[in-house]
Amino acid sequence: MEIIVCIKQVPDTTEVKIDPVKGTLIREGVPSIVNPFDKNAVEAALQIKAAKGGKVTVISMGPPQAMDALRECVAMGADEAVLLSDRAFAGADTWATSYTLAKAIEKIGKYDIIFCGKQAIDGDTAQVGPGIAEHLGLPQVTYVQKIREVTDTGMIVERAIEGGYEVISVPLPAMIAVEKSINEPRFPTMMGTMKAHKKQIPIWGAADINASEDLVGMNGSPTQVKRVFAPERRGGGEILQAEDEAGVCVLLVEKLREAKIV
Amino acid sequence: MNFQLDDQQLMIQKIVREFAEKEVAPVAAELDEKGQFPHEITRKMGEMGLFGLPFPEEYGGSGAGYLAYAIAVEEISRACASTGITYAAHCSIGTGPIYLFGTEEQKKKWVIPCAEGRMFAAFGLTEPNAGSDAGGTQTTAVLDGDEWVLNGSKCFITNVGVGGVAVITAVTDRSKGTRGISAFIVPTDTPGFSVGQPYHKLGLKASDTREIILENVRIPKENILGKEGEGFKQFLVALDGGRISIGALSVGIAQACLDASLKYAKERVQFGQPISKFQAIQFKLADMAMKTELARLMVYKAAWLKDNGKPFSKEAAMGKLYASEICVQNALEAIQIHGGYGYMKEYPVERYLRDAKLMEIGEGTSEIQRLVIARQLGC
Repeated sequence: MEIIVCIKQVPDTTEVKIDPVKGTLIREGVPSIVNPFDKNAVEAALQIKAAKGGKVTVISMGPPQAMDALRECVAMGADEAVLLSDRAFAGADTWATSYTLAKAIEKIGKYDIIFCGKQAIDGDTAQVGPGIAEHLGLPQVTYVQKIREVTDTGMIVERAIEGGYEVISVPLPAMIAVEKSINEPRFPTMMGTMKAHKKQIPIWGAADINASEDLVGMNGSPTQVKRVFAPERRGGGEILQAEDEAGVCVLLVEKLREAKIV
Repeated sequence: MNFQLDDQQLMIQKIVREFAEKEVAPVAAELDEKGQFPHEITRKMGEMGLFGLPFPEEYGGSGAGYLAYAIAVEEISRACASTGITYAAHCSIGTGPIYLFGTEEQKKKWVIPCAEGRMFAAFGLTEPNAGSDAGGTQTTAVLDGDEWVLNGSKCFITNVGVGGVAVITAVTDRSKGTRGISAFIVPTDTPGFSVGQPYHKLGLKASDTREIILENVRIPKENILGKEGEGFKQFLVALDGGRISIGALSVGIAQACLDASLKYAKERVQFGQPISKFQAIQFKLADMAMKTELARLMVYKAAWLKDNGKPFSKEAAMGKLYASEICVQNALEAIQIHGGYGYMKEYPVERYLRDAKLMEIGEGTSEIQRLVIARQLGC
């Protein structure tokens, strides 16, 4: 089974701070990590490899320092890694990013499953995985919380929906985006860490993957970001307390009158 | 000079820190309260290969080096010093002597399972009447045909209750003084080898510490470690490495004291503002941070010297001495910053103090460290 996992290096904080003037993320001083959902994707790939054999390749598009994130995945047990890094890739939205990743996957050529995390914790779009599937013309299942069965030609998975889940049978090759609840990612081993640092990880640019310059990076991004801002923190609200519900109603109506709402 | 950890060391630090935060820290207080050995945590540490960090690949390790190992001990101890001492004693003084002085066959047989985390190793040096004066060992080993016969007792031995093997020092020729001491590899299931009930300790309660009783313990002749009469020399070398790990453990506790205090000082409001806004508290926090960083530098330097094949006895003693003393100071200040809450079990700092005190005693008391340093100065 040939499995490709797409990962992203993200700042290690769920409270992303935003530069109020420039409207961009403040990355200085914030340590980088592998996007947590992507670690679930790597874990899912490694479990399938353990059961069915094959190879796991991790790929990431990002600046040169994203190499660290790839090495961490190799330390977890991935066999191969490829970094997509090129100045031309800078400023990509989810469309251009998924195009770039799809071109790299085409270059790798052999694949049965493409795993992604359900979304990245910095942008939270959840669009890159589905974008890759569309670019490659593959079936896709998002929000996968459990893999029930994998055969050479298809998978049966559970897809999380509000208040329950769907059971979906999907032919392979396919793109699968996973939920956090699908597994508990393993910690890298020390032996794996040593191997990961000795490994030569290739860096592919736009020319290496036959990507059109017009379709990558800022040039290939139809999304125009008008403004990025942190919404102001709202106050904690007020809790009305009284003997019973009727008493609370009276207090509430008084408040609403004071505010001239009723 | 280059004060930057390399990429590999940084990654090991990151992985072990994440492991310690997720898997170790949440259960540390409970393990301490119950005096329960961290079986589950150490099993996972074994799977991750943490016990193999200081040993080369051919003996089941990853060959990451002593500095990488010291970093890992620090991170584990920052979450749970009981797990830290279990880790440090197993690698440095349990497995260490076999790796350093064993024959190829002995290393294959014992270092591999220890490095892979399939077996714990203990170091039996201290005796009821031979503590700082380890030359005063009374346990004896007598050659009887093809077997050594050991008799005597050892005390305060870490990991022996959970261990599969122990390195035991014993007198083989009393007329030769310290040159008449030899070390032996003794499987803990050998008939005549028994251990006492776990000690009731002030701190490090989740670690396994017991007495060993040796009654006509017969082991094959080839289980001697190195040559006859070299035991004393060997354990001095093993303890040099052990001191780096106790230093790293101390740095971990010192850092934990700072972490807890800083967090508390920012949250605790008195006189209308967080107490971290008061200089009285700021000065304490600044001193704690400074001491932790200084201790870390010295411990890292000793580990770096060891990794680079340079003499490190003096630096290891300095690192152990300074780090152990400042971790006790930091623990006391941490309790002071927490006030009444610091004295309660609801906060971790009282545990840090109980755990910290052993650092000034184990693997050579502070007084012995000063003697080691003075000797290196030519006194």
